[in-house]
Amino acid sequence: MDLFEYQARDLFAKHGVPVLDGDVIETAADAAAIAERFGGRAVVKAQVKVGGRGKAGGVKLASDPQDAVAKAEAILGMDIKGHTVHKVMLAQTADIKEEYYVSFLLDRTNRTFLAMASVEGGVEIEVVAEENPDALAKIPVDANEGVTAEKAAEIVAAAKFPAEIADQVADVLQKLWVVFVKEDALLVEVNPLIKSGEGKIIALDGKVSLDENAEFRQPEHEALEDKAAANPLEAAAKAKGLNYVKLDGQVGIIGNGAGLVMSTLDVVAYAGENHGGVKPANFLDIGGGASAEVMANGLEIILGDADVKSVFVNVFGGITACDAVANGIVQALALLEGKGEAVTKPLVVRLDGNNAELGRQILTDANHPLVQQVDTMDGAADRAAELANK
Amino acid sequence: MAIFLTKDSKVIVQGMTGSEGMKHTRRMLASGTQIVGGVNPRKAGTTVDVDGTEVPVFGTVVEAIEKTGADVTVIFVPPAFTKSAVIEAIDAEIGLAVVITEGVPVHDTASFWAHAGAKGNKTRIIGPNCPGLISPGQSNAGIIPADITGPGKIGLVSKSGTLTYQLMYELRDIGFSSAVGIGGDPVIGTTHIDALKAFQEDPETELIVMIGEIGGDAEERAAAYIAEHVTKPVVGYVAGFTAPEGKTMGHAGAIVSGSSGTAQAKKEALEAAGVKVGKTPSETARLARELIAAAK
Repeated sequence: MDLFEYQARDLFAKHGVPVLDGDVIETAADAAAIAERFGGRAVVKAQVKVGGRGKAGGVKLASDPQDAVAKAEAILGMDIKGHTVHKVMLAQTADIKEEYYVSFLLDRTNRTFLAMASVEGGVEIEVVAEENPDALAKIPVDANEGVTAEKAAEIVAAAKFPAEIADQVADVLQKLWVVFVKEDALLVEVNPLIKSGEGKIIALDGKVSLDENAEFRQPEHEALEDKAAANPLEAAAKAKGLNYVKLDGQVGIIGNGAGLVMSTLDVVAYAGENHGGVKPANFLDIGGGASAEVMANGLEIILGDADVKSVFVNVFGGITACDAVANGIVQALALLEGKGEAVTKPLVVRLDGNNAELGRQILTDANHPLVQQVDTMDGAADRAAELANK
Repeated sequence: MAIFLTKDSKVIVQGMTGSEGMKHTRRMLASGTQIVGGVNPRKAGTTVDVDGTEVPVFGTVVEAIEKTGADVTVIFVPPAFTKSAVIEAIDAEIGLAVVITEGVPVHDTASFWAHAGAKGNKTRIIGPNCPGLISPGQSNAGIIPADITGPGKIGLVSKSGTLTYQLMYELRDIGFSSAVGIGGDPVIGTTHIDALKAFQEDPETELIVMIGEIGGDAEERAAAYIAEHVTKPVVGYVAGFTAPEGKTMGHAGAIVSGSSGTAQAKKEALEAAGVKVGKTPSETARLARELIAAAK
């Protein structure tokens, strides 16, 4: 889960990382009082989870409280690379003397954590990495040893931070590491980390991504979710505990196992090439169990998607037996119809593996007018694509 | 032969007395696995009747190893307790730890992985978030259904459980030496490369099927390894061509970030290494079949 800048700033402040005073608002009129508090001047920053907002006009300097309201008004509602601005952060103005870059992240390749630091901050770090790789220090951090004073000094030295701020930067690095570990983050990035006119090191802008697998021990993280921006179908699916991602096609997909479902999307997209370019409408993994209730929940979400023209249920019975899945489908349809929801979209079902014959027989006997069976994954994908193109 | 797991493997189950642990202990026993014990400090000294087999419960992994000679542990404990369970297994220096648990925070996995390294990597870790591994007809450590297929000459390594089952099913008449589900998390113990190396060295394995998916660069690195070190034929499959950028597709590690981790890049890297890559699971099975026929 990626956070907004103001949320990252809050987490930094919580763990003692030096930040400037700031406040987030959704109504432009509220900007005046905050700017007043800062002594009149304020930076008004669009809160969007996408880079390049400065260039897009999403960051403006306000000279007085009235101007802050005007700037907030201009930025709220703005579209930045497809992201609508619903919130702006007002921050104190900073006297920037130097801009640096520091981050901690997961290094998947080496199965460890990585510290990255550069004295060339304030620009996109990918650009620095590309054009001047020597200016970006990359230091592995052992997950169990962490960022000790020695490790922080090593990072500072590798990135060639000037001597007069070395201790301050090392201190910030150790505090950012605490953010990284205590908040179960996958990424903690400060860009820019600035040196102010008074020689103070301050985290001016930050990016934090949190590990959703750690939610069980991070009860405060749920409040950080941007529920308003979530696709309504994705939000409904999440509320039902389903692993669902909305896509932009016409063939609804239900399957078991993340790999098989990803594969199903691909196979449907290939099949769609022969049927007017129809594409998968979603990713939905109902997992191993595939009970009637889970199947009904999944079908309900998918049938509620106006873009869906046909549904492909692709199940390989491994631990789950296909007869249980077939019963699940039959009961799910009955459940939905019992709730008064008209099931009007054709379902193509492919069952294979454990008890596939039994499962197929159950569906044949149920003889639901909208359910068709195809025995192979490729064949079933083709049928579902064909039906979606009608 | 087979890799990592054979008929002689003595298997314990951490978290055996939980519902998932019990269900799969039953299945593992039924498929002929030598299950020699469970570990649960609160039930140490008791035995559990698993369909007529009395399985002793030990307080610690160390005790289980001392009493039974166990060399494999399968871990079913919930995410909050997985890190300490794996660290216990590492400290006991058991040869193989198979971590089935899904939803382990990546800081915990990075921590136990670093711990394994600090202890000299005496324990091979498979997973987390994986179905485990099976050497058909010999032993089954995890949740892969044992009745899909029997022993044979294909070795399979995969990030995905159900795609493993699908390919085993499609090639069930040929059979498998071992099938290893390495898991779909961003940080995992055993990698594609580790399994490729073992299959290359395993005399029973004649062809390798490698299943990958979006996210990270494990497939690209495996491709480089294949080009350099693997002389046996390899057939590949990659899932996630249609996955949008920045969305996690079920597995915590299955995410395309910017332009990195795409299925297309993985496919191209594998093909450049001489791997035949199927467009669908069925085509992948067909390619494997053709290569085996050609080798005769």
